Amino acid sequence: MHRAAPRQRQEHNGEQAVPHRYTDGRVSTQRGGCSNSGSITEEGMHKSSPLNPTLKRSSPNGSTLSRFLFWELYREADMLGVLRREVACQGAHAWGLEQGLRVIASRALSSSAKAMTVRDALNSALDEEMSADPKVFVMGEEVGEYQGAYKITKGLLDKYGPERVLDAPITEAGFAGIGVGAAYYGLRPVIEFMTFNFSMQAIDHIINSAAKSNYMSSGQISVPIVFRGPDGAAAGVGAQHSQCYAAWFGACPGLKVLTPYSSEDARGLLKAAIRDPDPVVFLENELLYGESFPVSAEVLDSSFCLPIGKAKIEREGKDVTITAFSKMVGYALQAGDILAKEGISAEVINLRSIRPLDRAAINASVRKTNRLVTVEEGFPQHGVGAEICASVLEDSFEYLDAAVERISGADVPMPYAANLERMAVPQVEDIVRAAKRTCYRSTALAATA
Amino acid sequence: MAMALTRRNLHLLCPIFSARLLTTASTSPITIETSLPFTAHNIDPPSRSVQTSPQELLSFFRDMALMRRMEIAADSLYKAKLIRGFCHLYDGQEAVAIGMEAAITRKDCIITAYRDHCLFLGRGGTLLEAFAELMGRKDGCSKGKGGSMHFYKKDGGFYGGHGIVGAQIPLGCGLAFAQKYSKDDNVSFMMYGDGAANQGQLFEALNMAALWDLPAILVCENNHYGMGTAEWRAAKSPAYFKRGDYVPGLKVDGMDALAVKQACKFAKEHALKNGPIILEMDTYRYHGHSMSDPGSTYRTRDEISGIRQERDPVERVRKLILAHDIATEKEMKDNEKEVRKEVDEAIAKAKEIPSPDPSELFTNVYVKGLGVEAFGADRKELRAVLP
Repeated sequence: MHRAAPRQRQEHNGEQAVPHRYTDGRVSTQRGGCSNSGSITEEGMHKSSPLNPTLKRSSPNGSTLSRFLFWELYREADMLGVLRREVACQGAHAWGLEQGLRVIASRALSSSAKAMTVRDALNSALDEEMSADPKVFVMGEEVGEYQGAYKITKGLLDKYGPERVLDAPITEAGFAGIGVGAAYYGLRPVIEFMTFNFSMQAIDHIINSAAKSNYMSSGQISVPIVFRGPDGAAAGVGAQHSQCYAAWFGACPGLKVLTPYSSEDARGLLKAAIRDPDPVVFLENELLYGESFPVSAEVLDSSFCLPIGKAKIEREGKDVTITAFSKMVGYALQAGDILAKEGISAEVINLRSIRPLDRAAINASVRKTNRLVTVEEGFPQHGVGAEICASVLEDSFEYLDAAVERISGADVPMPYAANLERMAVPQVEDIVRAAKRTCYRSTALAATA
Repeated sequence: MAMALTRRNLHLLCPIFSARLLTTASTSPITIETSLPFTAHNIDPPSRSVQTSPQELLSFFRDMALMRRMEIAADSLYKAKLIRGFCHLYDGQEAVAIGMEAAITRKDCIITAYRDHCLFLGRGGTLLEAFAELMGRKDGCSKGKGGSMHFYKKDGGFYGGHGIVGAQIPLGCGLAFAQKYSKDDNVSFMMYGDGAANQGQLFEALNMAALWDLPAILVCENNHYGMGTAEWRAAKSPAYFKRGDYVPGLKVDGMDALAVKQACKFAKEHALKNGPIILEMDTYRYHGHSMSDPGSTYRTRDEISGIRQERDPVERVRKLILAHDIATEKEMKDNEKEVRKEVDEAIAKAKEIPSPDPSELFTNVYVKGLGVEAFGADRKELRAVLP
């Protein structure tokens, strides 16, 4: 069944694949308007893989060796859930297992696959930056003797002493203000909020004392401070402990707002944040702390740093762009796998930076895929997704083949009961459903006759 | 002492006459008693006898007269609509700024709220920078982007200039923290009013300052009115110097520059050894809270004129100068005429300075803008790349 033109809306009901040439020369072989997800290139795999950030061509044919290495790696990476994702997404389609093995083998030869939890990533980043610059100090509740409420600052008190790792009383307005004042003087504080819900007690200092000072003083008073801590929903902690503040802080000029997902993100972005001369709000996620991700030797190096304001394409795709940050990146990747099985190739963007927002990367992706689904945990109104949708509508309107879609937390305070809580936070099936909507795939029609 | 005086005077552009008066004035010590004794809380008060010199007294007079003149001129400029928004005037409180400067160095830090014009001057700011900033011109101390409430002079140890009541206290404790961390052997003075004295964050910060022995000096400029609310209507205990509980405090006659100097000197020595201390300066503002407030709906005109007659800080120093034969009546009058002229010239010059260039809308949002785009009201019309 041919599609007349990219913009016309037509319902497709899963007919036999027919090649279709779009007006700009793209060719699709898939049913309906979405192209075949099976055409993931080796290059695409490399780009989406955290295992090896540098592109390496595959090694010569050595299927026995490849197979052996594959299973070694698979066992190790299996618990990380990484390889399973990647193998799954090419399993059923154009990829042969051989080709997949060759790629994985080459990666094995070119990098040592070490794994690190997000917690350790943050801890090591703090440790290295404190070691490199004596002006860096940490202040917050339980960061010292308790080793950190979530153990992110474990070992730092023993290593750097009580003058540089300070246990503060439960007085956020007070210690956030003290941190900002110290930053005025030229120190580099890392202020921890036990969760960002408590940052509301200090929000005047974050916005009025920190974010705006460089501008109001015309460059005289800069504020090289980092406010960090877990943000967003945890599990069963109720309404007052579950809010996501990315949208609120992301609105403020003068702040930089970062949202790491993987261990590589955690290390690279926290180091960048501490080195940055401007106030940075660093939004972590409690449920990610224990998750392990592979890290390359480059990531483990003490000079490793990620650029602020640049998103990462976690998974390349052709049919729909899914933007996400923090924990939702994992969900989006899972959704990408499910969509792939149904012939929809999703491109998953890990935003990494809420402010500055990488509009260029988002728009470039949407111009390629023509469809957008934004995912976030926070409240829907005035959320991060709203900004992304607006940006795409403004800059890439002609490229859209479908209305933009937003998946977000529910428009309610977080309930406690597990079934209600599940409904209040995005689930993978929500992302899948929205992506399908952009491809004009109604789930009701997916059932067999 | 003499070094500090000449440094302060260098930028005041002393015209020839009073420069001569100042430099030829003797630096030989005089001892003067403060008008009132200090009242102490949890500490032994300093002596009422203050060491000063003819030169110091003359510079007190000159600087306070300059501050007074600047604030009165700002009043006129505001009424002429050359100053917009908020304008909080300090006239009546000059002794606090001047006495403090006499006791400290530029390595010590001062941070205050929005009644900051005179403290800025005391820290080495110029009249031209002040007026240009008030009128929103590009050579103002914040390049016209701050306004009345956001004067800064980091190289003079002046950290602003803050609009949110009470925020400056934790910030000041942060400065003290950083001084201690850097082993700088200096102190931070954080100024706040009787209105801010009830703020929770003050007690949060004071607790930490005391826990960590920070060299923090909290200075309550008690002018008895938090905007339109008298202190007895806002505070169950208006004895602000006692509110620190375990933190010692001193109540000082804030209209007496010498008492202020003595108290600040005492406080600095204390804070370097023993951690935070509170100074309550009993002072008064002649103007209302800001230029939008006539200041007479919650105070009687008799009260205002009574203070002006009995306790005016500039008058007190003038009387001291005359009583000790440091200068004649005529010399003092000429001094004042010069001050007036200096202020008028600065205003005239400031009026010539243009507004900031439109490109300045987007500068200094960040130190490191990373090349991101920032948008104006119509993003298709106005965007800029932040360097």
